[in-house]
Amino acid sequence: MTALYTLTDLSKKYTRGKETLTIFEELNMTIDQGDFISIMGPSGSGKTTLLNLLGGIDRPSSGAVDCEGVRVDKLSEGKLAKWRSAHVGFIFQFYNLMPMLSAAQNVELPLLLTSLSSKERKKRVETALDIVGILDRKGHRPAQLSGGQQQRVGIARAVVADPKVLLCDEPTGDLDRATADEVLETLQLLNRELNKTIVMVTHDPAAAGYASRQLHLDKGRFVEREAV
Amino acid sequence: MFSQTLAVTMINLRSIPQRWALSLATIFSIALVVAVLLGFLAMANGFRATLSSTGSDDVAVMLRGGSQAELNSGLSRDDQRIVAEAPGIARDAAGEPIVSGELYVIVDGIKRSSRTEANLPLRGVGPLAATLRADYQIVEGRAFEPGSNELVVGQSVQREFSGFDLGQVIRLGTNEWVVVGVFSTGGSVFESEIWADIGTIQNLYQRGTAIQSIRARMTSADAIEGLEAFIENEPRLNLDVTNEAEYYADQAGGTSDLIMFLGWPLAIAMAIGALAGAWNTMYSSVDTRMKEIATLRAIGFAGSSAAIGTMVESMILAVIGGLVGAVAVFLIFDGISASTLGGGFTQVVFSFAVTADAIINGIVLALIIGFAGSIFPAIRAARIPLLAVHRA
Repeated sequence: MTALYTLTDLSKKYTRGKETLTIFEELNMTIDQGDFISIMGPSGSGKTTLLNLLGGIDRPSSGAVDCEGVRVDKLSEGKLAKWRSAHVGFIFQFYNLMPMLSAAQNVELPLLLTSLSSKERKKRVETALDIVGILDRKGHRPAQLSGGQQQRVGIARAVVADPKVLLCDEPTGDLDRATADEVLETLQLLNRELNKTIVMVTHDPAAAGYASRQLHLDKGRFVEREAV
Repeated sequence: MFSQTLAVTMINLRSIPQRWALSLATIFSIALVVAVLLGFLAMANGFRATLSSTGSDDVAVMLRGGSQAELNSGLSRDDQRIVAEAPGIARDAAGEPIVSGELYVIVDGIKRSSRTEANLPLRGVGPLAATLRADYQIVEGRAFEPGSNELVVGQSVQREFSGFDLGQVIRLGTNEWVVVGVFSTGGSVFESEIWADIGTIQNLYQRGTAIQSIRARMTSADAIEGLEAFIENEPRLNLDVTNEAEYYADQAGGTSDLIMFLGWPLAIAMAIGALAGAWNTMYSSVDTRMKEIATLRAIGFAGSSAAIGTMVESMILAVIGGLVGAVAVFLIFDGISASTLGGGFTQVVFSFAVTADAIINGIVLALIIGFAGSIFPAIRAARIPLLAVHRA
């Protein structure tokens, strides 16, 4: 397996007034290409913070985030934005769709950062929507879709630009069991069929069960569990 | 960057219905600013247009040396006689010089709109006065009889002031007059005057044989130089001479500038208020879309696209406000008749003129408000922390 991410001595601390809150310290980790990792842990353990550092939407207090030889933590804001658009797809608990745009327009957003023509964009949007099984809802706005359908649109948006890694923050946290399972099966499909590397933060042991690698983050340390 | 900015702008604009009340307030406040500015500009333009359409290049107006207007001028019949012999004065078919000595008296009129008194010019004229005004024609009734208490009124006077209907007897000061005719001069300032026989006015107002201005038709516009030289070298004359078109253009300048000087500061003061409104709306726009902006930036959109999108939204709201104000002023004010104090301390009747230039000025002011009101909200939009993506 090829290492996609290498985290070295990663620390994240927040300072509030005179107090310093340490989220984690000297965390070391490797994520391989094609991994499907779930990260569980109690609230405040730093799961989402770790996801933010992997996605380049937050910076570590110290240590290194290396992705295929690129020091993500050292990139300027502009370069980081370009790196994110090319390498990372985000899937959020509350979907984070633009309420005034249709499903297709939401999915098209990452492609606006590419040099693809309008025709090529449309084709890729339809492919992405088809993969997640919601092509027939492409003209609907988020308010006209169920939670599960909205999350599928979110997944389509995350994969449409063909990033290597998908970072999922509680992707089923707002869904019922049956819908959550459908969404998780879709993620599993993307991992297995399209070799997408997935890092998923979740509180749900059943959701974690879909991952090939389950990590438990507690008190700033990882505990790895055998995948079922 | 263009497609990013376009996408952010479209998202911003489509989210306006979520903030319709604030957006509407901003549009309304900017519309009000533009309406006030355009109202003043329309007034100044209309006033200027009325006066600048008055007067001919080949008519010379002579006043006593140092007088700024007919009201404070004083001349004699001898002055008129001497001027009549000057070179460059045109003559009629009978070989008589086309020269008119005129008297200018202020009388009270009652405005139809406000029922308040306002000064009106009563001009005493002789038989040649009409030939010295381009487009002069009696449109109702007839001309006054010399030596009688009859008068004719300009169309604008009849329209704006009460008591000047045809055949009506009207008291001006201590004297009663009969309105026997209505004249038109093609919309020029003369339509804001009342004309009567100069001899009658001299008698009733105890002016002896005094006159206040002399008008003379010249053989050509260039002949004024010869006339000036003649007056300068004639020791019996103390006259200032100018061509009639310039005379009225100068009079227009003072009043229209005054209107402008009132209009712009008032509009700018109101613009500052509107700016605060735009500012508030755009901050609200950014704050309500904080998660959306953070999401776009997490996807890879640049902070600058969020900033530019915010600015474009603000300026689009401002342009809408500007257009609403301009259309409202155009529909309500363009072409309506009003009167104000002119250079001769008398009312000049004019029509509001909402010109393309004035509308452009209004839209530019609206854009400035929109742009200035968006600067700080745009900076906030560009600096929204990416971690806002996790907000519920």
